[in-house]
Amino acid sequence: MSKTPVKLTVNGNPVEAEVEPRTLLIHFLREELGLTGPHIGCETSHCGACTVDMNGTSVKACTVFTVQANGADVLTVEGMAGADGSLHPLQEGFMAEHGLQCGYCTPGMILRAYRFLQENPNPSDEEIRWGISGNLCRCTGYQNIVKAIRYAADKMAAAGREAAE
Amino acid sequence: MIPGPFTYHRPSTVEEAVKLLGDLGDEARPLAGGHSLIPMMKLRLAVPEHLVDLQDIDGLSGIRDDGDTISIGAMTTQEDVLGSALLREKCPILPETSWLIADPQVRACGTVGGNVANGDPGNDMPALMQCLGATYVLQGTGGQRTVAARDYYQAAYFTAIEDGEILTEVRIPAPPAGHGWAYEKMKRKVGDYATAAAAVILTLSGGSCASASVALTNVGQTPIFVAAAGEALVGTAVDDAAINEAARQAREAAEPVADLRGPEDFRAHVAGVMVRRAVARARDRAR
Ligand SMILES: Cc1cc2nc3c(=O)[nH]c(=O)nc-3n(C[C@H](O)[C@H](O)[C@H](O)COP(=O)(O)OP(=O)(O)OC[C@H]3O[C@@H](n4cnc5c(N)ncnc54)[C@H](O)[C@@H]3O)c2cc1C
Ligand code: FES
Ligand code: FES
Repeated sequence: MSKTPVKLTVNGNPVEAEVEPRTLLIHFLREELGLTGPHIGCETSHCGACTVDMNGTSVKACTVFTVQANGADVLTVEGMAGADGSLHPLQEGFMAEHGLQCGYCTPGMILRAYRFLQENPNPSDEEIRWGISGNLCRCTGYQNIVKAIRYAADKMAAAGREAAE
Repeated sequence: MIPGPFTYHRPSTVEEAVKLLGDLGDEARPLAGGHSLIPMMKLRLAVPEHLVDLQDIDGLSGIRDDGDTISIGAMTTQEDVLGSALLREKCPILPETSWLIADPQVRACGTVGGNVANGDPGNDMPALMQCLGATYVLQGTGGQRTVAARDYYQAAYFTAIEDGEILTEVRIPAPPAGHGWAYEKMKRKVGDYATAAAAVILTLSGGSCASASVALTNVGQTPIFVAAAGEALVGTAVDDAAINEAARQAREAAEPVADLRGPEDFRAHVAGVMVRRAVARARDRAR
């Protein structure tokens, strides 16, 4: 099968590869790049476990061909922590508020919440629920996920205020 | 869930895209947001040999105010529609409908052009465009033509588009200032297609209905424009009797099939309920 060259940026690193056009981005990330943070839950565009950030929007990586991502900037949960290993406020929030049980949905939830909080830095709980309505969790009942996102929103707002002072 | 193999093309002009599609014939398909096509390809319900990705073509996305007409580029995403101040002001039924389509990730990819060109009876924008009296601009190697949304849909996945054509733009006659609008959709969960849904636009003049337009989603092979439901409202005060008659016309026009969303009778009934709610809400919003 003929391959197509692609160049993209993943978690800040330039990546060049040759892929079959039908290779889904989720398979490329997991199997070619070894980034197994983004999960495959349903493979039918419903569960959001495969959510990554691409060119400033949240996308379901099981419903994007890698060739479509040629030239794109992609962020996965592996790219969330700081260079010094410090956790992102969302990662911290999921820990502090017990935002996960089995953890299967967590990388997708975190990446969706990451983009959502940039679109709406000070959301109501109801807005958070709509914001993550494309991500399913079979364990938590969502309550603690909402709290974890709230925790991150508050922490990021406080950091913003400090930076402004 | 691996799609069949295909060759990928990413042209940068409309001319190049239609040339490719024309040359490759029915083995080729345009690729927009991919959120109907890729799921179909995973199920091997679609096995195109060539995909022509429209993402690099300049000028295919964006929302333009042309005075009497609002033009929406085919590659404009549902997320763009939701973020458009122009649409919120001049044609708020569009963002109201986008919000009821799928979920945030799907709306970030899914395009207006893909939604209306697809021909899936479950898509929400076709009935909306019929309600608004929109026109689709189709471009092929031989030039450009326009087809009314009310004439575009022939059967499930069969539309007026020819091989080698792409839909470049949707043109919507701007609804008059002060119009009332509502899109009502019954669905079982976020990300579900409609059990039934109704789009309504109406205008009032001195407390009486001056114009009304009603169309239905997912209760037939195609979207259904129900002229008789609009006629049942015009000239009335949009009171209960008129609303009941519009809902009855919608139930009669509906031809749903039984599926996981319910048996035929139920889905036709829901179509009536959606019309009743949408008309009442549109009336209350009209000035
Ligand atoms: C989980 C999930 C839930 C969904 N729920 C809903 C819902 O509730 N309501 C709803 O309306 N939709 C829903 N959708 C479908 C979604 O809105 C799709 O994005 C949309 O139907 C197609 O748009 P697209 O840009 O993704 O097109 P694609 O998938 O890229 O294309 C769809 C079809 O249209 C053709 N096409 C695309 N663009 C053009 C063009 N410019 N000219 C000619 N042909 C073109 C393609 O060749 C293909 O045949 C859902 C999808 C998913 C995955
Ligand atoms: S694996 Fe992509 S949405 Fe479920
Ligand atoms: S923590 Fe198990 S699916 Fe969400």
